[in-house]
Amino acid sequence: MDNLKIGNSEYSSRLIVGTGKYKNFEQTKTAILASQAEIVTVAIRRTNLGQNPSEPNLLDFISPKEFTILPNTAGCYNAEDAVRTLRLARELLDGHTLVKLEVLGDPKTLFPDVSETILAATELVKDGFEVMVYTSDDPIIAKKLEDIGCVAIMPLASLIGSGMGILNPWNLEIIIANSDIPVIVDAGVGTASDAVIAMELGCDAVLMNTAIAHAQDPEKMASAMRLAVLSGRQAFLAGRMKKNIYSASPSSPERGLIARKT
Amino acid sequence: MISVQINGEEKVFATEVNLEWVIDSLSLQNKKIAVEINEQIIPRSEYTKTLIKSGDSIEIVAAVGGG
Repeated sequence: MDNLKIGNSEYSSRLIVGTGKYKNFEQTKTAILASQAEIVTVAIRRTNLGQNPSEPNLLDFISPKEFTILPNTAGCYNAEDAVRTLRLARELLDGHTLVKLEVLGDPKTLFPDVSETILAATELVKDGFEVMVYTSDDPIIAKKLEDIGCVAIMPLASLIGSGMGILNPWNLEIIIANSDIPVIVDAGVGTASDAVIAMELGCDAVLMNTAIAHAQDPEKMASAMRLAVLSGRQAFLAGRMKKNIYSASPSSPERGLIARKT
Repeated sequence: MISVQINGEEKVFATEVNLEWVIDSLSLQNKKIAVEINEQIIPRSEYTKTLIKSGDSIEIVAAVGGG
């Protein structure tokens, strides 16, 4: 079985999805089901104090009993806030330790602050968390985060929510070659072909949110992404043909040609 | 009179209350939440025995949609 192995757990789906940017909880659930993702990310925020008892929470729709809920540290700009957020998330999820760490450096680009990310990862690993870490596509930083003890490296393909696809497949390849832990593209996937390319490069999984939530038809896109991840993974495992730069080789035989050769 | 901050809003209680009572009063008892008082996480098992003091800063968080 070609399962995705993260930390001590195994998953059959290599597509991880976010729960943000949807119109409502119903649409969120429909899209997630169409994606067949097993791991879904959530953010941690102050609860609405005016809440009436019958108002549903996200986790009433996307239950921790059916999905692996992956809390993130979206909106955190320093290590201290990220660590604090994930400790609260661990409490909220009854001791669950698989988390997504992201420490942002700039609200316009949402690019990661890798220095703070390293500090936060160090603290979190020490505190027993299994850290899946959002980072830049810098292979040196990726290796540092792996050496600290993170369970997955999650380099951005391009800016969060930009849908620009994989801007630097070369760096991604280097990270994949150097890594002994899963490499999961996180951020920037826009459409199915982006996910296919990520998987063909050798990524272990793809994480996306906006690509599905902001598609014209999120349920259909979620389904497309499911197929894309499967297809890209299968192509990777099949081992692609060599690229023949500047030379062609016909697929039909030379012998028995009736046409006169020039 | 006990005056505290909950999620940045001032709340006043007429008598001494415990955290369990505060959570119930906000209809959050059956929701998946986590609570900090003065930046210390209070485990669920300790809600009943945790008394709220004047000046406490309480944060109550939940999971919401995010990427």
